Amino acid sequence: MRIKRLGVAAIALAAASALTLSGCASGGSNDTAATTKADSTAIITANGSEPQNPLIPTNTNETGGGKILDSIFAGLVYYDEKGAPHNDVAESITTDDNITYTVKIKPGQKFTNGEPVTANSFVDAWNYGALLSNAQLSSYFFEDIEGFSYDKDSKLTGLKVVDDNTFTIKLKSALADFPLRLGYSAFYPLPASAFDDMKAFGENPVGNGPYKLAGDGAWKHNAKIDLVVNPDYDGGRKAKNGGLTFVFYADQGAAYSDLLGGNLDVLDALPDSAFGTYKSDLGDRAVNQPAAIFQSFTIPSDTSNYSNPDAFKHFVGEEGQLRRQALSMAINRPEITKVIFQDTRTPASDFTSPVIDGWSDSLEGADVLKFNPDKAKELWAQADKISPWSGSFKIAYNADGGHQGWVDAVCNSIKNVLNIDAAGKPYPTFAEARTLITDRKIETAFRTGWQADYPGLFNFLGPLYATNAGSNDGDYSNPEFDALLKKGSSESDLDAANADFQKAQEILLKDLPAIPLWYSNVTGGYGEKVQDVHFGWNSVPLYYEITKS
Amino acid sequence: MTGYIFRRILQAIPVFLGTTFLIYFMVFAMPGDPLLALFGDRTPNPAVLAQLRAQYHLDQPFIVQYLIYMGGLLRGDFGISFSGEPVTEILARTFPVTIRLAIMALIFETILGIAVGLISGLRKGKLFDASSLVVSLILISLPIFVIAFVAQYVFGVWLGVARTTVSSTAPIPELIMPALVLASVAFAQIVRLTRASVIETTTLDFVRTAYSKGLRTRRVVPVHILRNSLIPVVTYLGTDFGVLLVGATITEGIFNVPGVGNALYQAIIRGEGPTVVSFVTVMVLIYLVVNLLVDLLYGLLDPRIRYVK
Repeated sequence: MRIKRLGVAAIALAAASALTLSGCASGGSNDTAATTKADSTAIITANGSEPQNPLIPTNTNETGGGKILDSIFAGLVYYDEKGAPHNDVAESITTDDNITYTVKIKPGQKFTNGEPVTANSFVDAWNYGALLSNAQLSSYFFEDIEGFSYDKDSKLTGLKVVDDNTFTIKLKSALADFPLRLGYSAFYPLPASAFDDMKAFGENPVGNGPYKLAGDGAWKHNAKIDLVVNPDYDGGRKAKNGGLTFVFYADQGAAYSDLLGGNLDVLDALPDSAFGTYKSDLGDRAVNQPAAIFQSFTIPSDTSNYSNPDAFKHFVGEEGQLRRQALSMAINRPEITKVIFQDTRTPASDFTSPVIDGWSDSLEGADVLKFNPDKAKELWAQADKISPWSGSFKIAYNADGGHQGWVDAVCNSIKNVLNIDAAGKPYPTFAEARTLITDRKIETAFRTGWQADYPGLFNFLGPLYATNAGSNDGDYSNPEFDALLKKGSSESDLDAANADFQKAQEILLKDLPAIPLWYSNVTGGYGEKVQDVHFGWNSVPLYYEITKS
Repeated sequence: MTGYIFRRILQAIPVFLGTTFLIYFMVFAMPGDPLLALFGDRTPNPAVLAQLRAQYHLDQPFIVQYLIYMGGLLRGDFGISFSGEPVTEILARTFPVTIRLAIMALIFETILGIAVGLISGLRKGKLFDASSLVVSLILISLPIFVIAFVAQYVFGVWLGVARTTVSSTAPIPELIMPALVLASVAFAQIVRLTRASVIETTTLDFVRTAYSKGLRTRRVVPVHILRNSLIPVVTYLGTDFGVLLVGATITEGIFNVPGVGNALYQAIIRGEGPTVVSFVTVMVLIYLVVNLLVDLLYGLLDPRIRYVK
């Protein structure tokens, strides 16, 4: 009796609240409908994550904020599915010497607040992004422009406004792939109103892209962000749907459940737990293709800056080279990518990524990345003759990133082939592992990875292995390699440049400053109601092409 | 009574100061630089890093950072998250959601748990009792994420009767499933507590007296047996409500509930000191208040428990 009555009360309560809340919800959707064009109203819902920083182009370096910015801003160029650049705001970008570039922009373009997009919109935004005291996370993108400084606040003197629609860029040295970089979010323009209050702007950014925020406060922190079509956008990425909603998930598993439950249209990252079942769950709506992400582990090359150089004493000189090659050949990459990753990784055959123009799987010396136990044993024995191996081989990784499975598998592979003690060395957090690496206090080999910012070979090589480069965590230095990078950068032709970069990689394949493992694939899927879902070179779906029935 | 409440509130002050200090110290002592993690696998230029450190006062010694933080706290300024949002706004956004979820879970577990426990206790050894014991045993032994995943798959994906996750406004109908999942473990505990307590009370003299006075079961059960069996249950509910209020990280993660647990988890992952400390501070306050309320509730249930002076 008692239970029954309470049950009825609970249902009544739920029903009452359902009524009030559905009232709320329909009010919300009316608002959106008012700002959307009447002919295309289908809103695409996609997974996202809470942006780590305010939505300022030069201060966003992670995918959560990145895919929102790419949707609401248009830069000088944009990348298509394959990573080829096309003019977006730019009419032309020209150069004679790879040092001075002249940029002409299409006249008559507007930000969504009505301000015109001019040469100043770019020059001012870049100067803001580069200024040391603004401490922007992507400031390094401007380091090649004349006037950039890490020591003091300084203006980018290399940027000169010629007229409203023209400006010139002077670089510190020749860079053939500079125009290719201009599609990255750090190079987006900003309206003049942004500089009055950058903090407020980061909360409600005003852009010039295919989409715009659905009014003030469209960014519901930790929950979602609503974007609607920007009718004034006139570039090559015109939206074919009525808008985009990025739902933020703290846990990819929840996003996957939503995709299966029909609450999410597009998912661009599967949870590890779904690797075994996603193909049968999604059928031909499953996506699994290589992406511009390179995974490796690094053994320091020059240990003089390390707090304990002794820990790497077997990895220097000729002995080191032999051991690096032996370790690389002792890893059964195809088996690990198959068993641990269910084929959601592709074994590496170079230091870049198959989605990048200029990638090759037949570089000279790429055999060192093939599983070859006999050769590995032989090389290891040769190294032992120089100085006998002692101790155990360890790979450091952060335990909060799902790396344990493959690190253990790699170490087992090494252990079985070389008959040495090998194991993973976990650090609880990414922050802790990165701090030890940055401070050169780490005493083992360590996990490294790289996701390209722009689709160019140089982006996988220069920042990582050039002498004194910012992310050269193993302090690798080889003058021959540096010279080839420099040569490639000054070539007037991208194919010639790529040939130089391939040669540079052949040096890396001998020295193995990092041991390439595999390329991460983009894994995802989409719902039954959406069509034309294509994932771009940077693992992000081309949202503007998606249609919904 | 008022004196008692006043003393309890005074006691809360050192508890409050001590916990904030401890939590701040622990976040500070966490190895690794949270700002470095912001750059992903890329190593930032030291000059840019130094600028950022100064911006978040991370270049100051611990005690200075703590005093700057406490100074802000006293002025009602809880600091700013890395994404530039004032922490007060994060608190104001997430707590209502979690409170809603907690109250719903509490209602479910209380009503269902006490009802089932009471019937089991009264019909000790019968079929209902045996089956409720088995069910509660299963619920207690299953980890909550298993229950959550199964519920999500069965009701959300398979049957399609509930939304798989909770949308950004967290309306009450969508919270029913997460609330039931959250309530499941406590439900099982309450069934067992109530049952044991009811069985014990039923054998006491005053119950026999009540029956022999000629009172009907309908009156004896709620007034004499149930009321006197509820003290341990209320204690449990009090602590459980506290736990629910400070956020159920796992359940909120699985159902993507935009609540406290989710926000705190992300703040910890990012090493955002001020956000973590502010959340914990508010949680400590809530815990103190809920505990006080539970203690006062004892007095209502059992007049023998009195708070003098």
